[in-house]
Amino acid sequence: MEEIVENFAAEEVKPPVASVGVMGWVKENLFKGWFNSFLTVVILYLLFKVIPSIFEWMFIDSVWSTTGEGCREAAGACWSVITDNLRFIIFGFYPYDQQWRPLIAMFLLFGLLFYSRNRKHWNRHLAYGWLFGLFAMGLLMRGGMFGLSTVESTKWGGLPLTLLLSVFGLTAAYPLGVILALGRQSKMPAIKILCVVYIELIRGVPLISLLFMGSIIFPLFLPEGITIDKIVRAQVAIILFTAAYIAEVVRGGLQGMSRGQYEAAESLGLSYYLTMRLVILPQALKIVIPPTVSILISAFKDTSLVAIIALFDLLRTTQTVLSHPKWMGFSPEAYLFIAILYFLGCFSMANYGRKLEKELSTEY
Amino acid sequence: MKKFKFGAILSVMLVFVVTGLVMAGTLEGVKARGHLIAGVNGSVFGFSMPDDKGNWKGLDVDTAKAIAAAVFGNANKVKFTALTAVQRLPALQSKEIDVLCRNTTQTLTRETTNGLNFCQVNFYDGQGFLVPKKLGVKSATELGGATVCVLPGTTTELNVADFFRKNKMKWKPVVIEQTAELSKAFFAGRCDCLTSDASQLAAHRSVAPNPDDYVLLPEIISKEPLAPVVRHGDDQWYDIVDWTVMALIQAEEFGITSKNVDKMLKSQDPQIQRFLGVTPGMGKALGLDDKWVYNIIKQVGNYGEIFERNVGPNTPLKLERGQNDLWINGGLMYAAPFR
Repeated sequence: MEEIVENFAAEEVKPPVASVGVMGWVKENLFKGWFNSFLTVVILYLLFKVIPSIFEWMFIDSVWSTTGEGCREAAGACWSVITDNLRFIIFGFYPYDQQWRPLIAMFLLFGLLFYSRNRKHWNRHLAYGWLFGLFAMGLLMRGGMFGLSTVESTKWGGLPLTLLLSVFGLTAAYPLGVILALGRQSKMPAIKILCVVYIELIRGVPLISLLFMGSIIFPLFLPEGITIDKIVRAQVAIILFTAAYIAEVVRGGLQGMSRGQYEAAESLGLSYYLTMRLVILPQALKIVIPPTVSILISAFKDTSLVAIIALFDLLRTTQTVLSHPKWMGFSPEAYLFIAILYFLGCFSMANYGRKLEKELSTEY
Repeated sequence: MKKFKFGAILSVMLVFVVTGLVMAGTLEGVKARGHLIAGVNGSVFGFSMPDDKGNWKGLDVDTAKAIAAAVFGNANKVKFTALTAVQRLPALQSKEIDVLCRNTTQTLTRETTNGLNFCQVNFYDGQGFLVPKKLGVKSATELGGATVCVLPGTTTELNVADFFRKNKMKWKPVVIEQTAELSKAFFAGRCDCLTSDASQLAAHRSVAPNPDDYVLLPEIISKEPLAPVVRHGDDQWYDIVDWTVMALIQAEEFGITSKNVDKMLKSQDPQIQRFLGVTPGMGKALGLDDKWVYNIIKQVGNYGEIFERNVGPNTPLKLERGQNDLWINGGLMYAAPFR
């Protein structure tokens, strides 16, 4: 009797082959039920039909460095539209022999951003680093000192302009948005009404109309002889617009905090400022990281709207290249290239947002 | 302290306003600034567009350079601002730019209600139709029921509507925002014909898979005199821009080019002597240097040279002179006498 029990226990019962390993996964995820099987087959068929021809178009039949005429003869993608015009697409009107300056400025910006990824680096030195970095970038772009020739902002364009509009737009809009959100929660009626009116007014109109206001209507109100830089006007419009959206997201976070947190801070005798700074905002801003990131991402993409007020950002420089008779008609390649650049920007923002969320998580 | 600060800001602002008012004359303003600011289109090949190094090229660009040469004696003292169709007029009214050289059609309402002055025309354009040869259409009046590819928001769209209504024909518009997409749609067969200014149609045809498969119909359904534009109320500046374009045309008529202008200085013809400032007087009357025409022709060239360089037969546009030839050759380019 004892022996039998032992035998029974020793015998290892394997699950059927069809439910473990690759086969198991495939069966569970791709062919569960007739409907899923049907979808899988259809999708596989479509991929089989589409992928090879896309691959062929992009890589096999494509040309990389020919003139416009060579492109018209090629069966595949004409990447020459990018390679031939890369410097104009990236730098716009920046003087040709000075384009190393925005290039260095961009690398400086990327370096600082990359270094700032790690929260352990967030200290006073980093703040000085940014101050110095911003000064250096401004100097490189603008020139006029240390033997660098002056390059006016009207000649800035392409990727540096897109980065300028988005980095400054987002960093300025975020604190402004937080202040607006606090103002909207304020018990002082004047401030509250002001913030509510601001947020609702700005949210009630599309960004394009703000850009048009800034670029067309605003100059007519200025006294004669005074003009404000086109880039500054667009930048301000972007900041005002994004701040209103961030304010509403942050307000959500503030309302998500339990009454107990406020009361606890009050019972410790903290002033309003300290309550917000030490207790409420750190928690509230943390909960709203996902929606904030998605607003920042859409704001980053929205900077491309400045193309319609004739600022030569990345999108507009590309469109300019495409309206040259030599390159007319190669828009898929050019837009694909721009899409990749935008995707890299958006994806790294989303990634960083997720990372920050994980690091700041206090759940165990 | 606070009051003082406020006062300081207010007085600084006042100074700005006052200086703004003092600088009433555009010429003085331009000279004080040290460069001319010209509004251009920025994406029309042959008229104003950056090349792959970011240098501005085109007929409108050269017109603005000629104005800079007249004012400063240096054709490079000009900065270009790209403007959209909507922005161009407010930009001029708000003094963001000094002159608009942006293939803008002269019309009555633009001159009057918008408070603008159009100077001498630097390009005569007109709206036409481009059709595939295999359609077998010989005249635009045979286009009844056609689908027409057209850019939105310009006079082009209104003109084509007027044309079809006048001829009691039905049509279906295919409206596409981007120039590049427009030609793509047309060559892909999305529409039977493409309508735009004749100069633009030439650009479109040049990128066709096989340009000879397409033909321009003989009808030109609108007049589009394109001219540089200035604000109302500054006659001296208007005269300068107006006569700069005339100087370009007159130089071609005299046979003065950027290459032979130095030799022409020794010409015994009193007309040419006056024109080039050998006999002084003309420049001074405009408030410019007497060498102004010499500077223009030496640095930019005459109208014929500008035309050949930007839109002529050796460019992708391959435009014939046609209406834009000198009046002595049967065209419309005619300059008033320099005396």
